[in-house]
Amino acid sequence: MSILIAILVLGIIAGVFGALLGFASIRFKVDADPIVDQLDALLPQTQCGQCGYPGCKPYAQAVAEGEAINKCAPGGEDTIKKIADLMGVEVQPLDDSHQHSDTDNSNRPKVAFVIEEDCIGCTKCIQACPVDAIIGAAKQMHTIITDECTGCDLCVAPCPVDCIEMRDLPDTINNWQWDLTSIPVKQLD
Amino acid sequence: MVESIIERINSGRFWDFHGGIHPPEQKTLTSDKPIKQLNLPKQLIIPLQQHIGREGELLVKVGEQVLKGQALTLSTNPMVVPIHAPTSGVISAIKQSVIAHPSGLSQLCVFLDVDGQDTWRKRNVCSDIKQLSNHEIIEKIADAGISGMGGAGFPTHIKANSKPDINFLIINGVECEPYITSDDLIMTEQSDAIIEGIHILDRLLKPAFILIAIEDNKPRAIKAIQKAVDGVEKIKVCVIPTKYPAGGEKQLIQVLTGQEIPSGSLPIHSGIVMHNVATCFAINDAVRHDIPLIRRVVTVTGQALEKPQNVWALLGTPIKFLLEQCGAKPMVNEQKQPVIMGGPMMGFCVSSDLVPIIKTSNCILVPSKKEMPSAFDTQSKETECIRCGQCSDVCPSNLLPQELQWSAKAKDYEQLEKLNLSDCIDCGACAYVCPSQIPLVHYYRIAKAEIRQQQQLDLKAEKAKQRFEARKLRLEKEKRARQEKNKKAAAARKAAMNKKTPEANEAKSAVAAALARVKAKKAAGNLANAKPQVEKVADNVIDTGSDEKSQVAAAIARAKAKRQLKADSTQNSTVDNSEVNHASQSVETASHSATDDKKAKIAAAIAKAKAKKQHQHSESPGNETSPANTANITKKSQREETPTLNDKKAKIAAAVAKAKAKKAKQKQEHTHADNPVIEAKAKFTDTEVISSNDEPVMANEIKPVKTKSIAQANDKINDKVSAPRDKKAKIAAAIAKAKAKKKSKEAANSHKKSSDNPLTKQPDESI
Repeated sequence: MSILIAILVLGIIAGVFGALLGFASIRFKVDADPIVDQLDALLPQTQCGQCGYPGCKPYAQAVAEGEAINKCAPGGEDTIKKIADLMGVEVQPLDDSHQHSDTDNSNRPKVAFVIEEDCIGCTKCIQACPVDAIIGAAKQMHTIITDECTGCDLCVAPCPVDCIEMRDLPDTINNWQWDLTSIPVKQLD
Repeated sequence: MVESIIERINSGRFWDFHGGIHPPEQKTLTSDKPIKQLNLPKQLIIPLQQHIGREGELLVKVGEQVLKGQALTLSTNPMVVPIHAPTSGVISAIKQSVIAHPSGLSQLCVFLDVDGQDTWRKRNVCSDIKQLSNHEIIEKIADAGISGMGGAGFPTHIKANSKPDINFLIINGVECEPYITSDDLIMTEQSDAIIEGIHILDRLLKPAFILIAIEDNKPRAIKAIQKAVDGVEKIKVCVIPTKYPAGGEKQLIQVLTGQEIPSGSLPIHSGIVMHNVATCFAINDAVRHDIPLIRRVVTVTGQALEKPQNVWALLGTPIKFLLEQCGAKPMVNEQKQPVIMGGPMMGFCVSSDLVPIIKTSNCILVPSKKEMPSAFDTQSKETECIRCGQCSDVCPSNLLPQELQWSAKAKDYEQLEKLNLSDCIDCGACAYVCPSQIPLVHYYRIAKAEIRQQQQLDLKAEKAKQRFEARKLRLEKEKRARQEKNKKAAAARKAAMNKKTPEANEAKSAVAAALARVKAKKAAGNLANAKPQVEKVADNVIDTGSDEKSQVAAAIARAKAKRQLKADSTQNSTVDNSEVNHASQSVETASHSATDDKKAKIAAAIAKAKAKKQHQHSESPGNETSPANTANITKKSQREETPTLNDKKAKIAAAVAKAKAKKAKQKQEHTHADNPVIEAKAKFTDTEVISSNDEPVMANEIKPVKTKSIAQANDKINDKVSAPRDKKAKIAAAIAKAKAKKKSKEAANSHKKSSDNPLTKQPDESI
């Protein structure tokens, strides 16, 4: 008899909690997949497509669905580390296919530059630019809005006259970083 | 509350801020010497940007003669402060040059070749500032290019713009950093001008009280200022205890008022505005004497100099010139003598002695090796942190320097922000006391720069994201618009067609006519006979096109044309087939006369009969052929030839067929001899076929024409070949037969139904 009561009581408790959990899962349902937005926020938003996806958001989506985390070349190690932290996976080195030959200089920020005398005004680069950072019109010279350029180099390949090249961003006072060789402070006597 | 603060100040008691240090002051090197007026340097290098903010628009060109005080850039924005020519001369270049920045990077500078005349531009000296409105005064300050001269270089006209409820205007004459005496000297020598400047600020800001803060290590300055203030109730001269960094904005506010400015907040939010004494002097110069900010007091000091002294330096004066004037030893630069811009605590080593003096440069320090050995060390003597905690004891901002240091080394920027790195004022007190000689401030500076850069990158990434999304949206929108447009255009076309306007009908009928014509052409290609009819139909269609019911009419016409075409073709083909088949089969099958097929036999017989008849006719004089025969020939020839058959074509055809005709004739003769019985029968059948042929309207219509044309063709052949007449006739027959053969093949392919036709069965029955 006592066994029956125990079964009954536990059964009721299980039922109550089951109902509670079921209700909660409906009532507090999360609509969007927040992990995708979080991942997207970590990515550098160059929209370069080097990961094989047409932009940062699609890659974030893919990572959320189990794609490798080491395909973002512009983000580099830092981004991989952050994604690894967020996804709770091991940090991986950058995908081999994305390693540049000139490794020392590859991760420097770059911007596209139109050699204007060579430009024929074909608008192909304008169509390729993911962030609309190129201005120009058909048969008019094009130029890059340096401030908007993400350095994705997607405009380089479509150019029929090879008049676009990637250049290092010049060092200015605004992006200069301190180094430790400046003055040390010392007790004077 | 303000009153209690004033009471406390009056009684000479002040608050204290956390931490702070007492480094050796070293001010006596220069504090007892007057400010020296220097000769004009040969060249001035004037950076376009000498303050926090952005550079203005250039107003001068290379080669231009400028006068002293002439504006070189134009302010287009409150955060832009103009620069002025410190003396008269010629602009020799406008190019990148090393500037007073720890990076040693270059920025755009105006190179001014000094002419030595020092001629002023026209000055608008104001004798009575009471006549000026506040707005005019602020404009004068802005036009004079005054930015904070204490170190940060914030545009003064923004800070001087009147705001309500200012409790305290604090004039900062603390000058807490070792070595520097420029504010001390300017207060001593120019106290009246400074007080005038303070009065101008008083008028603009309308503070409850004005506090002039001076450290107690500057007795002469205190005396001079007190004298100049001359017992004005509102202005309090506060002599505060010496402690580094009491001159920091937040620290000084705490010392004077006991208020702590919260992290991330500005003093103005607490009703406090602070200006440097040198700035007050510059304000007075600008408002009263119309002298823009073109010079400042610079402390040139250090034991490596023979004559350390405060000097009036024109902005843009290269450090090299100042050092020469103050007796730098000649080997200074060969020894890699460090030259520090700013004080020993917060300054930085300049990378070149061409670096010019700018609005915020208050000190050039050239230490000897004995004085500051660490400045000569190329290697850091940094050792591990021993967690002594001295740094946090001295931090004026109540931060945890050692924790900051670890986080900065680990590049853990999130943690740094949690530790309030942004509240660090870079005073260097922590590094000063560190027994492990860790250059703490440098780690913070790097971290701060990196955080700032990361923020910029984040901003840029956000912008890129927005632009990417916007572009995607735009492309999608364009695509949709295109599709919609196409759809709309199609709908419009349809609607226009269905509308019962004359234009629409015309268009419709034109389309219908075109369709009909196309069909007709196709039909004509198969059957030349049908063509006139179809054309007629097509004509009908076009004629009735303007009709309201043109579409219906056209449709009907088309249907009719189709039906007629079918009828024609079947009729023709039956006729053709019956004849042509006979003719051809006669050629093909006559040789083996014992064919089982009844039909074939009959056909062969007919063909033979025809051949014989033709033969006979050709033998008879002239071109007189029996009507039946003519009809036959006509029809046969018609198949290939269009109604507008011309003689030329006939001639060519005749020529081509000549050879064939010979062969055919031979065969005919063969069959003729072999099957006399069938021949007789064939004659009968032939007539039957012809009689039945009379029925189709079309055939009747065309018959006469054809006969004529063939006759003509025959005539031509007669003339040309001049062969015996029977031969000619034979040739004609051959041509016809050859053509018929070809046609029959086509007809057999396209009109298999013809066998079901009663006309074809006729010969059968006749048997």
